[in-house]
Amino acid sequence: MDDAKRIVKIIMLAVLLLGLVYPFAFSGIARLTPSKADGDMIEVDGRVVGARNIGQEFSSPEYFHGRLSAGGYDAMASGASNLGPSNPELVFRAEERLNQILLENPGIKPEDVPAEMVTASASGLDPEIGLRSAYLQVSRIAESTGILEDALRALIAKYERGRFLWVFGEPRVNVLELNVEIWKMLGEVRQ
Amino acid sequence: MTYRGWAEIAIVAVIIGLMIKPLGTYIFHVFEGEHTFLDPILGPVERFIFRFLSIDKDKEYKWTGYILRMIALDFAIIFFAYLIFRLQGHLPLNPAQAPGMRPDLAFNSAVSFGTNTNWQAYAGETQASNLSQMIVITTCMFTSVASGIVMAIAFMRGLSRRANPFLGNFYADFIRAILRILLPLALLFTLVLIPLGVPQTLKGPARVLTLEGEQQEIARGPVATLEAIKHIGNNGGGFFNANSAHPYENPSPVSNIILILLMLLVPASMIYVLGLYLQNRRQGWVIFAAIVLLFIIFAGLTMWFESRASPILEETGVDVTAGNMEGKETRYGVDDSALFGASTTSAATGSVNSSHDSYTPLGGMILIGCMMLNTVLGSSGAGLINILIYIIFTVFLAGLMVGRTPEFTGKKIESREVRLGVIALLIHPLCILGFTTLSLAIPSARNAILNSGPHGITEMAYAFTSATANNGSAFGGLAVSSAYFNVTTGVAMLIGRYAIFIPILAVAGSLAEKQILPESEGTFRTDTPLFAGLLIGIIIIIGALTFFPVLALGPLAEHFALFG
Amino acid sequence: MAGNEGKAEAGKLMDAALIKEAVINSFKKLNPMNLIRNPVMFVVEIGAVITTYFFIRYAINGVEGGQGSVAFAALISLWLWFTVLFANFAEAVAEGRGRAQAETLRRTRVETTAKLLQDNGEIKMVSAGELRKGQVVVAEAGDVIPGDGEVIEGIASVDESAITGESAPVIRAAGGDFSSVTGGTMVLSDQIKIKISANPGESFLDKMISLVEGAQRQKTPNEIALSILLVAFTIIFLVVVFILSPLGGYLEARPDVTSLVALLVCLIPTTIGGLLSAIGIAGINRLTQYNVLAMSGRAVEAAGDINTLLLDKTGTITFGNRFANEFSPFEGHNEDEVGEVAMLSSFGDGTPEGQSILTLGKKLGIEVTKPENCVVVEFTAETRMSGLDCADNSYRKGAADAIAKYAVAAGHVLPSHYEESVQFIASQGSTPLAVARDGDIIGLVELKDVVKPGISERFERLRAMGIKTMMITGDNPFTAKTIAGEAGVDDFVAEAKPEDKMGLIRNEQGQGKLVAMTGDGTNDAPALAIADVGLAMNSGTQAAKEAGNMVDLDSDPAKLIEVVEIGKQLLITRGSLTTFSIANDVSKYFAIIPALFMAYIPGLASLNIMRLYSHHSAILSAVIFNALIIIALVPLALKGVKYRPLGASAILRRNILIYGIGGLIAPFIGIKLIDMLLRLFHF
Repeated sequence: MDDAKRIVKIIMLAVLLLGLVYPFAFSGIARLTPSKADGDMIEVDGRVVGARNIGQEFSSPEYFHGRLSAGGYDAMASGASNLGPSNPELVFRAEERLNQILLENPGIKPEDVPAEMVTASASGLDPEIGLRSAYLQVSRIAESTGILEDALRALIAKYERGRFLWVFGEPRVNVLELNVEIWKMLGEVRQ
Repeated sequence: MTYRGWAEIAIVAVIIGLMIKPLGTYIFHVFEGEHTFLDPILGPVERFIFRFLSIDKDKEYKWTGYILRMIALDFAIIFFAYLIFRLQGHLPLNPAQAPGMRPDLAFNSAVSFGTNTNWQAYAGETQASNLSQMIVITTCMFTSVASGIVMAIAFMRGLSRRANPFLGNFYADFIRAILRILLPLALLFTLVLIPLGVPQTLKGPARVLTLEGEQQEIARGPVATLEAIKHIGNNGGGFFNANSAHPYENPSPVSNIILILLMLLVPASMIYVLGLYLQNRRQGWVIFAAIVLLFIIFAGLTMWFESRASPILEETGVDVTAGNMEGKETRYGVDDSALFGASTTSAATGSVNSSHDSYTPLGGMILIGCMMLNTVLGSSGAGLINILIYIIFTVFLAGLMVGRTPEFTGKKIESREVRLGVIALLIHPLCILGFTTLSLAIPSARNAILNSGPHGITEMAYAFTSATANNGSAFGGLAVSSAYFNVTTGVAMLIGRYAIFIPILAVAGSLAEKQILPESEGTFRTDTPLFAGLLIGIIIIIGALTFFPVLALGPLAEHFALFG
Repeated sequence: MAGNEGKAEAGKLMDAALIKEAVINSFKKLNPMNLIRNPVMFVVEIGAVITTYFFIRYAINGVEGGQGSVAFAALISLWLWFTVLFANFAEAVAEGRGRAQAETLRRTRVETTAKLLQDNGEIKMVSAGELRKGQVVVAEAGDVIPGDGEVIEGIASVDESAITGESAPVIRAAGGDFSSVTGGTMVLSDQIKIKISANPGESFLDKMISLVEGAQRQKTPNEIALSILLVAFTIIFLVVVFILSPLGGYLEARPDVTSLVALLVCLIPTTIGGLLSAIGIAGINRLTQYNVLAMSGRAVEAAGDINTLLLDKTGTITFGNRFANEFSPFEGHNEDEVGEVAMLSSFGDGTPEGQSILTLGKKLGIEVTKPENCVVVEFTAETRMSGLDCADNSYRKGAADAIAKYAVAAGHVLPSHYEESVQFIASQGSTPLAVARDGDIIGLVELKDVVKPGISERFERLRAMGIKTMMITGDNPFTAKTIAGEAGVDDFVAEAKPEDKMGLIRNEQGQGKLVAMTGDGTNDAPALAIADVGLAMNSGTQAAKEAGNMVDLDSDPAKLIEVVEIGKQLLITRGSLTTFSIANDVSKYFAIIPALFMAYIPGLASLNIMRLYSHHSAILSAVIFNALIIIALVPLALKGVKYRPLGASAILRRNILIYGIGGLIAPFIGIKLIDMLLRLFHF
């Protein structure tokens, strides 16, 4: 068999086995954990409110707010701001966001605001915030929802995700998880 | 950086150190046709494939025959990829209705995946169909790294064989690399990633109604299968635009560290394989130690530089103790992002879990520096080849300094090897510097820069460094979707791969024909800490001398302007 | 004595006349056609032309913006020209010294007339320069031999001191291993016919003169490899400097051309580029100082790589002649008695063995006077004994079996244990001689192969260099083993025929090793030819000399050690200076890059870690340092980096420390000092 024919056959074989059988087979195997395999969607009261790990925009005062997103939490166009460290836009945007935070959360001083709250994430879909970023929003949420601050703090503590092996990653909470709890609490109130 | 950061680096180094012996031994056994524990399953499959393709595994080729077949196969795959990208709009498995790519974009993307670069000038969510993601991108993630691995194997055979110009059977090596090394690892780690929250589905985008009543459409797909081989094979092309920063590709610190280990695993093991081929494990360990030391230094420096936010952000008065968080995900923080960044640029992977463009000037300089050196592990196969080029030059200088015609592992390094090695050594910087300067001089290309000033130089240099080093990561601010960038980065990728592989395999062919000289007191040993130190010194000095001006005008100028 | 003169002359690195000539030559070497062979320096010259052009333009039209100034352009141009000149000077000095050595050699070749033997048998007087290969000349006592050739008839003693520096005359005779004569040597007695073996200008002397002068210099393999590397660095730095303008242009920073050229010249490896050919020429010169003439630089370089050294036992390891070592009496006799008889029987014996018996006797204090009216019995191949027949007594010494026969014939019985005693001496690697008085065997003389003093230390040194020594001898394994042990060689081949050498060399080469050997005989020629380094003895045959790639004028086989060291030194010097040259670049970046861009990008002033005074002083300091370092290193290039027979790692560690780390640090200090000087002039 000459080389040209062999090369064509290799490509056919590779496409078949690596490009089709491999992903298809695993999509099949993955049905063993369908929820994870399909993107870990969160369903509340029969309504899919989001994917656990995909951040979404929260702007109403009763919910925890996430980080800045370069793409406005468009889950079809992920990405970062790519602003360089000397780009003035970085400061304009941060100041704008900071002023908004200070306005929304009276009593909070600039130095109480972790930089992550005024910077954009890498994916534009960061589902999480650090603990301090969550705590600084507690009074605002308590005020606008009527939920006790302590209950909110307990909620944060409950949903806190720690470091892996004490080393990897940062302690944080998932904004959607917290907000779903708030939504549920508010639902109880609504009823 | 914190003690935690050091601990992370140490843990990674130790785990890799523990893994290279078993995996390296396995890889060596695979290519030398020795018994492995997977034989009962893969043996019959391999025999079937060899029969189907009429491959006689004992028919070996000289270096020319070997590389010609490798290039023929690579280019056939690139051509196939080009066709699929162009025609994807008319083909099935296209739930997001991605149209066919423009010729320049299709060329760029085909070359990118064919050369193990995985530079993505398109957005994965909307411009690549599921069919393209599977039959082109996922397939190429196996084939392109396999051809890199077999290049290194052929080179090592050249180093280890005595007066025997034959380097092996390309087809047999290529198929073994995929069947016996890449596929088992990919299967295993796909199974690890799915429970961690990496989707594996053929369903189209999910539509949700958020708590605040907004519509959100969420792209998803067979991500886990791609994510595994993307890192194992140092590919780096993301399923999503945000690449491994995307919570679906890399959902947690656990998946993050697994991906880091995966991209370092095979390149590091290849160094151990070198020791086995040379029948001198110590040699493998010494080179591994030198390279890992470089990696530790660069990872540590990246963490350190990233631990400080941009001073202009500090001026707003917010709390910046967590470091430079712009373009980083909360779950990784600065340390895990920096470690990932240093790993992906070191191991020529190109996946990113943070925005490299938003790194501090010096943090970004280390990332681009790792790609400029192109030897801090490097990708599977190609990385080892780059390391070997530097070893040849280290040996050459050291040999002269001890008063002998330089030799490496008993093979004389003479003017033919030096001439070919010099070509391989020169191609990389000339391609980077040439294209960077050209692009800065062309107004339309210059306009693609997002962050002006010195950072713009870094952005441009990063693009061509990444393309030439077959890395694939980017300073995302640069708008590279124009035909100009598609063509130039595509050409840079081709140069960065084949213009290095061809001369370097010629070196292998030339070395293979040589006798192995016995060692004596006068022979300078290459398996000592002294050699490791000299190798590190030469890598850094040659790299620094070549790229210092660009780095001075880019990241260094920006750093001094920002930090004073 | 020519050889010693050469040594003396070379001892001084440079003298005034030499320097004057070298200075003139360094200007002649500016010719670009000549300089293009050295790409690094060629680039410097082009740089100098460019800066000179800008200097002239500035001087006429005034400075056109930027950071240029007339004085700055002038000084940079000047120092760039100096850089080229300094490199030329290094080469010129090396060549000058070679020429001086060649001159010494040439002086030996007095313009002679030759007695050409014509076909008709008549002798015609011609000038030596007209002789052609194959012609036959006659040389008689008092004649200077007109050219290299081979004795085809006759025997003569020849004074070869002009070539070797050795005043003792040597015998040259037709046939055999002592048939070759060298032009310029003088016949002292008798008459010989010589067949000329080289055309004018091709003689051995001519070849080495042109090599020593550097005229015929071809680049050696390692030099070629290194040149490629240097060209590669030059290309990289050309590109790096070339792109600075457009790169800086993006930031509105456009450095002036003069400064850019200065940066380029500082970065390209001018130190090694400028000294490379001087190092090569100096290597050959050093060899010549040792009275070893290499036929090519390649051979010298190969010497540094030698793995195995094949040495003939006789003449190399041992003195070649056996010396009496001990008198051992048989029962009923004492040592003095044996000594006395042995000495008496040696009075007529002119051979070294006979002389050594006399020497031993004297050393032991045995007083013997030569008796009157005795007849010397000469040694013949038939009797295999020699001695003295006097009126009363007859004395004999000779081979044990011959003397035994002689004794039995004379009616004596052999001493008890005769056979055993003889065997014992033989088993020690020595030769037993039996001594008889009036037919009665009274004792044995042990003739011993004496190992040259200091030889085992030399082998020790070779071992430290990683070279395996192998002794070749025709002796039986017993003898060979003893000598091998005494001399400290690594291995030996006993009962070897000259032809075996070929096989040995091929065998070693088959394992990838490089083999050196010495030889002098015609039957050594094939082995000399295939050995990687074949050192022929000047006293050897023409065939041997032509087969080898080096000739030792002193005919001292142990000279190979020096040859190996010089070969290594050559490579070490190149490697060390390359390392130094490249390490230097780091500091030059720190001097010049901030200077180029500080005015446009103030932040880059932070890179000016040497705190150099100004844009101009920084660049000028780097350029001046770059030029001066070439001159500063000329002596090192000519003398070579000292080679120490340490392990490779120790040498490497040392050289990295001195030339690598030293090369990194030294220019920081040097540039800063020059800058401080310039500052005094407020430059």
